[in-house]
Parts: sequence; C-alpha cells; structure tokens
Amino acid sequence: MADQSIVGKTGKPFKIPIEWSKVREFARAIKDPNPLYFDPELAKKECGGIPVPVTFLQTAAFWQDEQSSPGMGGFDLRRILHGEQEFELLRPIMVGDVLTGVARVANMFEKEGGRGGKMRFLVVETEYTNQKGEKAAIARSTLIETGQAVKAS
Amino acid sequence: MPAKLKFDQVKVGDEIPAFVVEGVTRPDFVRYAGASGDFVPLHYDQTFVEAAGIPTVFAQGMFTAGLLSKALTDYAGVGQVRNFKVRFATRVWPGDTVTCRGKVTNKTEKNGEKIIEGDLEVVNQKGEAAIKGSFAAACA
Repeated sequence: MADQSIVGKTGKPFKIPIEWSKVREFARAIKDPNPLYFDPELAKKECGGIPVPVTFLQTAAFWQDEQSSPGMGGFDLRRILHGEQEFELLRPIMVGDVLTGVARVANMFEKEGGRGGKMRFLVVETEYTNQKGEKAAIARSTLIETGQAVKAS
Repeated sequence: MPAKLKFDQVKVGDEIPAFVVEGVTRPDFVRYAGASGDFVPLHYDQTFVEAAGIPTVFAQGMFTAGLLSKALTDYAGVGQVRNFKVRFATRVWPGDTVTCRGKVTNKTEKNGEKIIEGDLEVVNQKGEAAIKGSFAAACA
C-alpha cells in the first residue's frame, strides 16, 4: 500500500517575488512573444502592470527548498512522470508582487498500471497568497511513479 | 486586464486558433529548464536517459503546456484565464511538430464574471495527443 501518512503534510511557507526578467525569460521559453510581457509601458497601460504567463508559477521551483517541499513520498526520480497539472488563477499576479506559497500533499494513492506495472500517484497542492493577504492562485500537481523505468512509446 | 472576447459573441463550438510549433528541439527543452527551474535530467541529459533505458531526452510536459497556454491567452487575453488544467499523455520528442488547439464547450457565470469553458489539446505530427486539458476564461 502507498504510505498515506504523508497526506496532509505541508512544507514551510516560501516566498516567490515576481520579477520582470524571469517573466520575460519564461515567456521566451514558451515561445510567447506577447508584448505585454516585454513592453512595461504597454503593460502598464493595458493591465496596470506586467502580467505573468498562465503557467508561470512553475518557477516556484527556484524558491522552494527541502523544507518548503512537503516531500516526494520516497518516489524514485528515474521513474517519475508528471501526470497532471492544474492552475486556479484567482487574482491577477503582476511583476512586483511577492507571493507566499504553502505546498501540501493533497493525496497519495496506488493503481495497477499497464506496461509500467504498479503506479503510485502523489498530488501536491500549493496555495499562493499575495502581499495583501489575498489568495492569488492554487497549483495542483500530480506526479506518477511508474513500476519500471519509463520507456519510449 | 484586457479582455479580448465579448461573452455574447462567443459561441459553444468556437475554436481556439491553432498554435503550431514545427520541430521542437533539445535547446527548447534546455531553455525551458533554465526558465522554469525544472532540472529533471530526463529532459536534457543524454547519458542519464540512456542509463534509464530511454532512447533520448524528451520535452518537459510543462514546456508543451506552456506552448498550449500561449494559444489560449492569444485567444482569451492575458490575465483572463481563471483555470488551466492539463493531463500529459504521449511524450514529445525532439523533432516533433506540435499543434496546440482547443474549443469552447460551455458558457456560464461564476463569481460575478462571464466565463467560457472549454477543452484543450496538443497533438503531434501523427495526430497523437501529447496533452489533453481544459480551461476557464473570463470575458467582457
């Protein structure tokens, strides 16, 4: 059975300052040339500030450390797949904001897989609050540990 | 935030214009690793993936999801997306051509906002789904 004891476990709160250079770099990496990410004057006029791409909170990886991660349930890095990802975007997130994230293990379960054998699933939910104390976003990530190394399909 | 869509003008069944990337590359994956902080070696370290029995590196799911999000914000407007959900299916390999697209399946109101909901997908050159997803976005 999957170890249920880590469900509900939270990591230490971590800060993620939203920085323009990182927003630009991220927008380039996802091949999005939208001028709202690159032209601060236009962004200010249209959005009241520089907005962030939909999946930008993935960059939390730069700000989370071992203490702020609720743990990986002992999953083997060589057998991990990213199964699902969801973002609930509750309020605008802009350059200059400082978000505080708290990651929590929302679920952990096992399923019999096909070719890969027994699979374990870990659902981590990270809630982000902005500097005004408003809930800004929830990121929900499902990781899958396959029964054997991931093969080419 | 600029709402690009007028609720009354959106119809269920409307399609999100496709965003096609021809031939994704290893440098694309490396750039995304640096931008996102996802340094899982499966996506850039050939020695590591061969030792794991995989022929070559493949795209971060969230790189491909990022391409898909660009198609969505081009359609609905930056800052208008309220929910974005993706499930990863087939992996995306270097050289693959990916088509990001979607369509509107529902119109509703939530928290005082006019919301459109719909399906999203990314398919490769063989027509296989790399991502299946869904979205909700606010309209004017």
